[in-house]
Amino acid sequence: MTAVPNLASALSRSRLLNGAAEWFLQYFLKPIGQILLFAVIAGSSISLLALAVGFVLQTDWHGIDILRVPARINLFEQVVRQLPNMLLDGITIGFVYAVIALGYTMVYGVLKFINFAHSEIFMMGAVVGYEVMIRLRDGQLLSELPPLVVIILMIGAAMLVCGAAAVVVERVAYKPLRGAPRLVPLISAIGVSFFLTDFVRAFQALNRNIFNMPYPTDLVPFFGARINIAEGLSTTNTTLIIIISAIIMLVGLNYFVNATKIGKAIRAVSQDQATASLMGINVNLMITITFMVGGALGGAAGVLYGLKTTNVTPYIGFIPGLKAFTAAVLGGIGNITGAVLGGLLLGMLEAFFSALLPYFPALGLGYSDIFAFAVLILVLLFRPTGLLGKKVDEKV
Amino acid sequence: MRLDSSPESIISQRVQEETHMRMFKLFAVVAVLALIGQVFAAAPVSAQDKVIKIASQSPLSGGQSLLGTAIRNGAELAIMQLGKQVEELGFKLEFVPFDDQATPDVGVANAQNIVNDAAILAVIGHLNSGVALPSSEIYNRENLVMISPANTNVRITDRGYPTVNRVCGRDDAQGAAGADYAVKELKIKTAFVLHDKTAYGEGVATFFAQALEEAGVEVVGFEGTTETANFDAVITPILAQQPDLVYFGGIYNQAAVFFRQAREKGVKSKFMGPDGMDSSDLVKIGGEAVVGMIYTTTAGPASLYPAAAQFVEDYKKQFGASPEAYAAEAYAATQIVINALVKAIKENKGEMPTRAQVAAAVRATEDFETVIGKISFDANGDPKVATYYILEVASADPEKWGENPLITSVQAPSPLTAKEMMDKEKMDEEKKDK
Repeated sequence: MTAVPNLASALSRSRLLNGAAEWFLQYFLKPIGQILLFAVIAGSSISLLALAVGFVLQTDWHGIDILRVPARINLFEQVVRQLPNMLLDGITIGFVYAVIALGYTMVYGVLKFINFAHSEIFMMGAVVGYEVMIRLRDGQLLSELPPLVVIILMIGAAMLVCGAAAVVVERVAYKPLRGAPRLVPLISAIGVSFFLTDFVRAFQALNRNIFNMPYPTDLVPFFGARINIAEGLSTTNTTLIIIISAIIMLVGLNYFVNATKIGKAIRAVSQDQATASLMGINVNLMITITFMVGGALGGAAGVLYGLKTTNVTPYIGFIPGLKAFTAAVLGGIGNITGAVLGGLLLGMLEAFFSALLPYFPALGLGYSDIFAFAVLILVLLFRPTGLLGKKVDEKV
Repeated sequence: MRLDSSPESIISQRVQEETHMRMFKLFAVVAVLALIGQVFAAAPVSAQDKVIKIASQSPLSGGQSLLGTAIRNGAELAIMQLGKQVEELGFKLEFVPFDDQATPDVGVANAQNIVNDAAILAVIGHLNSGVALPSSEIYNRENLVMISPANTNVRITDRGYPTVNRVCGRDDAQGAAGADYAVKELKIKTAFVLHDKTAYGEGVATFFAQALEEAGVEVVGFEGTTETANFDAVITPILAQQPDLVYFGGIYNQAAVFFRQAREKGVKSKFMGPDGMDSSDLVKIGGEAVVGMIYTTTAGPASLYPAAAQFVEDYKKQFGASPEAYAAEAYAATQIVINALVKAIKENKGEMPTRAQVAAAVRATEDFETVIGKISFDANGDPKVATYYILEVASADPEKWGENPLITSVQAPSPLTAKEMMDKEKMDEEKKDK
């Protein structure tokens, strides 16, 4: 939570800009610039890597059988052809991971505790999005309303429900355990995670007698409409919606944490709970707000993920949750900027390996996660606190 | 805090809070106990004389529950309608459905419970070959007969177990039939083959890809994936190669999501899949993306069987929904079991037959008329002749799934029967030569 304010305060000290313009620059242009910079860094490094690998391995690779590419495939050509799509996939899923990762990282920052139930909060967001969409469809409103309104309704409902759910979870399962050994709330979180999965499963079984919840995006042509970016590269509006909403949320969170009084109080609590409470900050309230904001972001990410994957089940939370948690660790857990960088990098790595591995018959797609996580282990070997994490000295 | 709160009221509030907490804890304990009670209630009770049970094992919860429930319903309907044949002989016939959750571990755990209940003399199941393979090891150890309505993996019967039978076809023939159609009618030149890494999906996809390669079609990719939500990783290489055909060896709940995402991302290939696609949920999840898709199946639409019209009507009346694929097959499997039970009881002079006797009686089934036609088992438990159907998805409306048009059907003998037929031909020729 430190990189952004440091830069920002350095800038404000220069006093070159006045009031409103400075405010705009500091809380909107800079964070957007930073996010785009991260996307460009992650994207270009992965592209260079992909091109290099494609170039090196296109010739027959004597001796190493697992690196042999079938003769009919020109690996370099394939990589070049796939590159734009690969980047787009990586950025899209990377932003989703980033938004989920914020929930993990904020709670960790404040409580030094990993909220494993967050992946289920995310899943609930996807389910709420489905419910809103189905209700709109049943009310004949889905194709009547402007798509933007539909999206805002879905995300808004998911944020409300999931924010509330996260607060309830905190109140019921974590608050009574505050002060207990660190492992205890962790186990409690895993328990909550199982409970929420089966709760949603049972609820939807009783409510609609369904398990699969396909988003009826077919009924809104806007979602599937293709945008041609360049020759051979086109995407759907859904992808753009995901990227833009994620950026809005990231910027909004940055503003909330760095520019509002509550955000300041949350940062204070994350630095030192006892002192913060001596300064008149209601620590419990701040923790509740942290859970609420994290849960709301998780819920919104759930809707975005549902729009992307088109089908939601009560079990979809686990894998993206795990990956988002990984992203948070990769970027430096407890660090909001780090979560964004970690999410984008992990998304890119995944896209990179899954675009390349199918051309090695001895390896195949199944290994893409192994390679992506091997990179993560390498990074953590050299930077145990994550890419942007700072080693914090023990408080005396 | 309220302004008027006196110390007493604060104390009483605390007491109240504590009672609330206690009430909550009590409630939690009761809820947990109730859950445990339910788990034990589902476990088999000790065997009683004169009660014969038939078990079913299929996924009743989770993403594949639509087909799994159809299997349970089909078996249940058969027992309701035909159980009196056994009851006339002085036995009570009961039905015990199990939920294998499409998961091998759960299927095996259920199988242990099933074999421990001495009154269970037959199992109808499973939906997934990957679950049936380990579970049937346990049935076979205890001589308990299993008839599968849906498992097409070749290893189910190729192990040659005396207890394991099926009323559906085999994946070697199904893969070949699908590939034959793809080559001759769709005239494809390149194909990308995916599977779900289960015994069933990988098995049928392998046979399909082999048959394609033998016919000279280039298989540009053969990949397994357990992903159920985000298929970007699989779609990227498909997009780069744009094959004529994309085949998914797996089950509808996973395949439909993949097909829909693939179309949205601009894959223009023809889609195809095996009998795991045969469920109205395929179009419910896949929408317009799967319309026009080709699928092979060993369970023909009920309209093809003259005897099935009554079955469809009874099924709708009983369960309030059209029978999905394998409901009729489960009904037929139960018909065979009941027929075998009657025979075994009679042979045993009205006494409770042993499991081995029932298994032998099932295996001896010869030209038995079921709701899906005449069935005879070969020495491995395969139906001597099975029919393979090729259908096309016609509409994105799940209600119209049963109206998918049949493109063509192929009859193929089981490997043992084919061998017998060849031996016989040879013998005949030798006789002629003499």
